[in-house]
Amino acid sequence: MGLSRRDFFKLSASGSLVLASSASPVPAAALEPVPRLPEGMGILYDATVCIGCKACMAVCKEYNYLPPDHHDPSNVWDDPEDLSSKTYNIVKLYTNGAGQVKDQEANGYSYIRRLCMHCVDPSCTSACPVDALHKNPHTGAVLYDKDACLGCRYCQIACPYNVPKFEWDKPFPQIRKCQLCSHLIPQGGYAACCEFCPTGASIYGNVQDLLKEAKRRLSLTTGQMADYPLRRIDSSDKTQRKVTLYNNHIYGAREGGGTQVLMLANVPFNKLGLPLLPAESTADRTETLYHALYKGMIFPYVLFGAVFYLIYKNTSNQDLP
Amino acid sequence: MADESLHMNTKVVTKPFLLLAALAVVAVVLIIYRFMAGLGAVTNLSDGYPWGLWITFDDLVGTAMGCGGFAMAILVYVLNRWEYHPVVRSAILTSVFGYTLASLALFIDIGRYWNGYKIFLPWQVNFSSVLVQVALCVAAYVVVLWIELLPTILEGYPHKVKAVETRRRLTRWLPAIAAVGIMLPTLHQSSLGTLMVIAGYKLSPLWQTSFLPLFFLLSAVAMGFAATVFESILSSVAFKRPFETSMLSKLARVMAWVVAVYLVLRCADLLFRDAPVFTSGFLSVMLILENLFYLVPVLIVVSPSLTSDLRFLFLASCSLLLAGSLYRFNGFLIGFDPGAGWRYFPAVPEILITLGLVAIELMAYLYFVKRFSVLPKAGHA
Amino acid sequence: MKERESDLVPRHLGMVSRRDFLKFCSVAAAGMGLPLGMGAKIAEAVANLKRPPVIWLSGQECTGCTETLLRSTHPTVEHLILNLISLDYHETLSTPSGHLAEEAKAKSIAENKGKFILVTDGAIPMKDGGVYCQVGGRPVLEILRETAPQAMAVIAIGSCASWGGIPSASPNPTGAVSTSEALGGKFTLINIPGCPPNPYNFLSTVLYVLTFNKLPELDDKGRPKFAYRRLIHEGCERRAHFDAGRFALSFGDDGHRRGWCLYKLGCKGPETFNNCPEQLFGDVGPRSWPAGTGCPCFGCSEKGVGFTKPIPEQASLEHYTPAGLLLEHEGGVRVGGAQMRQTPPTAFAPIEPPEGHGVTTAAVGLAAGLAGVAVGAGAVIAMKLGKEKSETGANTEKD
Repeated sequence: MGLSRRDFFKLSASGSLVLASSASPVPAAALEPVPRLPEGMGILYDATVCIGCKACMAVCKEYNYLPPDHHDPSNVWDDPEDLSSKTYNIVKLYTNGAGQVKDQEANGYSYIRRLCMHCVDPSCTSACPVDALHKNPHTGAVLYDKDACLGCRYCQIACPYNVPKFEWDKPFPQIRKCQLCSHLIPQGGYAACCEFCPTGASIYGNVQDLLKEAKRRLSLTTGQMADYPLRRIDSSDKTQRKVTLYNNHIYGAREGGGTQVLMLANVPFNKLGLPLLPAESTADRTETLYHALYKGMIFPYVLFGAVFYLIYKNTSNQDLP
Repeated sequence: MADESLHMNTKVVTKPFLLLAALAVVAVVLIIYRFMAGLGAVTNLSDGYPWGLWITFDDLVGTAMGCGGFAMAILVYVLNRWEYHPVVRSAILTSVFGYTLASLALFIDIGRYWNGYKIFLPWQVNFSSVLVQVALCVAAYVVVLWIELLPTILEGYPHKVKAVETRRRLTRWLPAIAAVGIMLPTLHQSSLGTLMVIAGYKLSPLWQTSFLPLFFLLSAVAMGFAATVFESILSSVAFKRPFETSMLSKLARVMAWVVAVYLVLRCADLLFRDAPVFTSGFLSVMLILENLFYLVPVLIVVSPSLTSDLRFLFLASCSLLLAGSLYRFNGFLIGFDPGAGWRYFPAVPEILITLGLVAIELMAYLYFVKRFSVLPKAGHA
Repeated sequence: MKERESDLVPRHLGMVSRRDFLKFCSVAAAGMGLPLGMGAKIAEAVANLKRPPVIWLSGQECTGCTETLLRSTHPTVEHLILNLISLDYHETLSTPSGHLAEEAKAKSIAENKGKFILVTDGAIPMKDGGVYCQVGGRPVLEILRETAPQAMAVIAIGSCASWGGIPSASPNPTGAVSTSEALGGKFTLINIPGCPPNPYNFLSTVLYVLTFNKLPELDDKGRPKFAYRRLIHEGCERRAHFDAGRFALSFGDDGHRRGWCLYKLGCKGPETFNNCPEQLFGDVGPRSWPAGTGCPCFGCSEKGVGFTKPIPEQASLEHYTPAGLLLEHEGGVRVGGAQMRQTPPTAFAPIEPPEGHGVTTAAVGLAAGLAGVAVGAGAVIAMKLGKEKSETGANTEKD
């Protein structure tokens, strides 16, 4: 090959320096998983209670000043097919076979709401280079600051639920997604979708309380009459309804590090379009890898120092013009 | 270095140059339209595929092909192989334009470009984001590259006292500049790979791994060498100048070693993760294709007669450039699946803008190479 | 030319012109969802010389069901009883009373065995032998059981007769039951529930029976499908507000004044089958029905809802289903309505809709073209390099 022993040595030294640092992507201990905020607010959505009336979609548009999203070519209806820059919240329908029985996987149907899950350890906030997407330190809602945003769309790559949407049709575009109606909180308001849900399928409240409520529902006996709170978890208004079958899983309790929007349903969640995610958020994984390489900027400085030394030695031997 | 490089006084505006100019004009018109009407008007990007041809080709492939300066700097300044020195200038030139165009393409791609400066404000920035490191390092590297090119430019003004003074100062600072010019690409080329880790399940297991930074770094170094070989052969053909075959052969061998190391690690990674290499349909085909392209230069280099054959050197560099490009396309676009229902293929204006940017890059290269002493003089190889 | 039956109408029905009469029959036919030609058939059936006899037995009633007939305008009640039918017995409207009335009834039944229509209103008390409602010294229960088998058809008008109504409300001290239950539940009869029902539901049904000599299509509770097939919720003009989440939260509040949905005030529209929003009441124009005026429906026509569930209690949404899906069943293909219970609609986004922008011929062509140019150029260069090599025979410089 023609490489002298000295060259080989130099190559190995510098090469292994690079390799050693970039080849240790799985350090001994991953970063601590991010804990839930004690005052974190969220939504509990129960697909078995949902009747698909779409009141939540209509009020979301109204309270967020969003225009209609046309899918049908007649351009008359607000009938989005998915979340978009004009639709923060959508009710979708799962059907199978004859689709006759509610909340049944085979030959049945189920409604499912899709909106920002307001993750405990959001991938979008970790990805965003300028903190345009950031987590409110009290409510835990993932909020968007258009004045910081570069429009790089890395958040769209990062989000496991494909929630952030971009205004492709505008020359001055923004990222758009549910803000948990945070702009209503100063006036004592809360998530409009929960305030207007007629059946109590969507309720708002402290996530710890919502988790307790979700567990309570899973412990109820199918067929028994039970109280379901309306609008908020702490509301005195309740509706009595017959408990139906539940898939024994609270979606969002642990998925991707946990979310503040929790879901209950009978049809398996992956059939409803919700991805199967491990308990480790991708933000955690990336930051673990990243910190391993760049903690305290040690690696870059060492690299620079070593390379500088070698170059200095080499160039001082050379007769440069 | 000045006496190694040739000062060509040929005409800049030739027929090929005009053709490139036409492509550039088309692109500029479309770019203006993009700023008036939004990204959706000229691209097929969508919420499922927010990064498409521009990020993948203009930025990822563009910067990787612009790693010639990086790769040659390692070879010459760190490993002390001064016989490659004459090629360093042209490598740096290619890198300058590669990286400058990539940065320009990035500003065309991001939606809220007027906030672009905010990435340089430490109080605004999220240091946990990989993209920050990429942006800062690339920006710094563009500056460093232009500084590395500065001697070449300044030589074009031999009678200006200031120019001579600056050249002398630059020569003194060479070790620091070169060291930074090696550190920065190491950081950002590996981080470019790390970008996709946060995509999680959306990137196919054939490419998704915690070793992405290592693989992107190695392939960038290899592509840097390949770009140097490729550019050297092309410019010799284009300007009817002698070939530096023996140097290129040696370079090809270095290149092949890097690729060999990369291939071994890549296969090991796929094996240990039990990746569905052969059972992923179309993605399997792309993976195998990508690695076959990588294999070609290794196989060529095995035979000494082939290594000294210009055709095979050219083939090896082309194949490696294709391999690295395909790896980046696979890892960011083709292997990226946000969920059933989403699809993406670049739109015609999108392709034309990329084409125009490449044309601009080539036009700049041609101008520079003819105006300043960049290409190695014959007999110096 | 043979004199048409309908030509005899003026003679028999007083001052009604043939045109008006035919109009009335057409309207009645349309109201029942029958084809246009049926109007003429109804006209013929009714215009025959002998007016069909009707016996009206009342149990525990408030006379509201009779009152509701007073509000009909096509036909008016006087036109009905003077010209269209022979109302041989009715506790409120009969001219005679006391023994004379009872005698008239007995005579009519004897003469018209198997040919009269029996209409019942009010509930029938069963407790203690039925002593809590007696007419002429005899429990109505007995009178009913005696009369019904002799009738051509039995029509129970009003909620009380259809399923028990107010008298049957908890604790039901008199053991009040519906006509059907009082008759042992084995009788085929028609229920026209409502408190009171819309008069046209009743009138259309009577006309149908007289015209076709059979009962109209009934649901599993004996209610004519043309009127009781759909939920109030499915016909309500405030439905858009329900779907959009606009609810009146208290009487007189802003939402209430704007005519928003009354669901949260306890409207039982989602669990009540009736056609009130379509037929309205009193022929006085739009919104002349409870929810239309801002008063939540309390489910007066629905057993288990009216007089049973508390008025402010939110209605169960079990029966509700957004309309829209075509459903094939033995009867044909239907859209919307009670038949659509528990069936999902089509106007929803699927879990994974096709999205994004994919391949276009032009883009593929362009990309392929560029790729072709690149490969071609590469080949040309390679050939040049080959020529170079063969020309010089060796490398251009020495190692």
